[in-house]
Amino acid sequence: MLHLLLFFIFAAICVAGAINLLAQKHPINSALSLIVVMGSLAVLYLLLGAEFVAALQLIVYAGAVMVLFVFVIMLLNAGVEERTEHGSRVAIVLGVPGLIIGLGIVAWVVSHLAGLDKIAIGGPTIMNGAEVFGNPQAVGRLLFLDYLLPFEVTSILILIAIMGAVVLARREE
Amino acid sequence: MGIGTFIVVSLIKIVIAVFVLLTAVAYTTLLERKVVAHIQNRWGPSRVGPFGIWQPLADGLKFIFKEDLTPPYANKPLYLAAPVIALVTALTSMAVIPIGPWITVGSIHTPLQITDVNIGLLVILGITSLGVYGAALAGWSSNSKYSMLASLRASAQMMSYEIALGLSLIGVLILAGSFSLRDIVDSQSGTWLGFIPRWNLFKGQFVAFFIYIMAAYAETNRIPFDLAEAESELVAGYHTEYSSMKFAMFFMAEYANMFTVACLASVLFLGGWSGPVFGPPIVQSLMPVFWFALRVFAFIFIYIWVRGTLPRFRYDQLMAFGWKFLLPLAIANIVVTSLVVALK
Repeated sequence: MLHLLLFFIFAAICVAGAINLLAQKHPINSALSLIVVMGSLAVLYLLLGAEFVAALQLIVYAGAVMVLFVFVIMLLNAGVEERTEHGSRVAIVLGVPGLIIGLGIVAWVVSHLAGLDKIAIGGPTIMNGAEVFGNPQAVGRLLFLDYLLPFEVTSILILIAIMGAVVLARREE
Repeated sequence: MGIGTFIVVSLIKIVIAVFVLLTAVAYTTLLERKVVAHIQNRWGPSRVGPFGIWQPLADGLKFIFKEDLTPPYANKPLYLAAPVIALVTALTSMAVIPIGPWITVGSIHTPLQITDVNIGLLVILGITSLGVYGAALAGWSSNSKYSMLASLRASAQMMSYEIALGLSLIGVLILAGSFSLRDIVDSQSGTWLGFIPRWNLFKGQFVAFFIYIMAAYAETNRIPFDLAEAESELVAGYHTEYSSMKFAMFFMAEYANMFTVACLASVLFLGGWSGPVFGPPIVQSLMPVFWFALRVFAFIFIYIWVRGTLPRFRYDQLMAFGWKFLLPLAIANIVVTSLVVALK
């Protein structure tokens, strides 16, 4: 009961943050809305019993990535964005609800096919006789046993991206 | 224990924890002024009460009665939010820090800790990583070049040293096999040969402890890494434009963060509350808390001692130290620790 109540509160905050992110004119307000979205997503992970994923969401996204966003906005001193005034009124009135309904249907079909809608809110979830996600042991086992090769390949990819960024940043010398 | 009892007990623990923490914060400012004064061969505060013991009270009153200025052209909502973010994140991380074993009061059996979560360490890292926003937004929203430069410095510094800080803790996690701070303390109980305590510090984590201390000093913006408020260059740092209680909130946040760092050092490296316990039962149940407080006090004292002794780094030295020395050292510590644990 409490889980369901918390789910609706934080889901509402999450959606409101996402809408605010698009509606705000100043980049720093948008970035702060994105932090709210990340934080409420972390709470939703927590409600699913995935406390490790929730903590990582907070540390990596709300903590590290968004600090970099805010840092860049501050450094570039980005101002209020300019808006074009000739948007279609029909697109806003009909298009936005239509898009939401369409995405909702797609999400429902996908989650139904993948069997994700059987996951209950709250507590560790049992699928195929084992706890699927959430605690550090489960995540570690998945990363370093079952998906070791993709994990290592991804880290090399990220390393290459970092080196590429360094090379691009130093090009003028 | 029922849900009602649980809420009441938790509320009592929270009130006590916040009260003790804020009092400790207030008196750390006095301790700092006294110790630094004696290091510099002065007396320090000595007018308000014997040995100046009411000085924190006088300072608090002064903060309350100062004029509360908001600079024109400041981004008002963010200007107001920044000190709140800084203080709230600094106080919240205390919630998962254990200060003693389980105690029994009447029929209630409860840990000396607001809440024991199984990812306690990650919760602290997550909350402190949000603390950066206090510094970043304070500088940006005050619309002043000094604040702006200081907040850029502060956020860059915190981000850089957070990595070394996080990596230095992995050795401890490998040894303890848990993220729960209580489990980490329990894994350090007992002694070797009857007198050497089995602290993580003596289990080969002294390199990690060194990295942790360095990174923690940088995280809390303390000398020798207080580039963010280098008063000779930047007036006062990211809170230049803040006055009255808003400034006091940044001040309290800084000292509360020092306490978090000190508590975490005791829990992770120095065996938490372990120590000899003797005497009548009521004393016995409070002895562990005393040992814990002693460690925290020692750590805070070293903080102040360093402040009174060392000069400030240059900014490029700070960044080079963090990225080129602490980070590789922390990674090497992880590799060595995991090899030792794997081969054992």
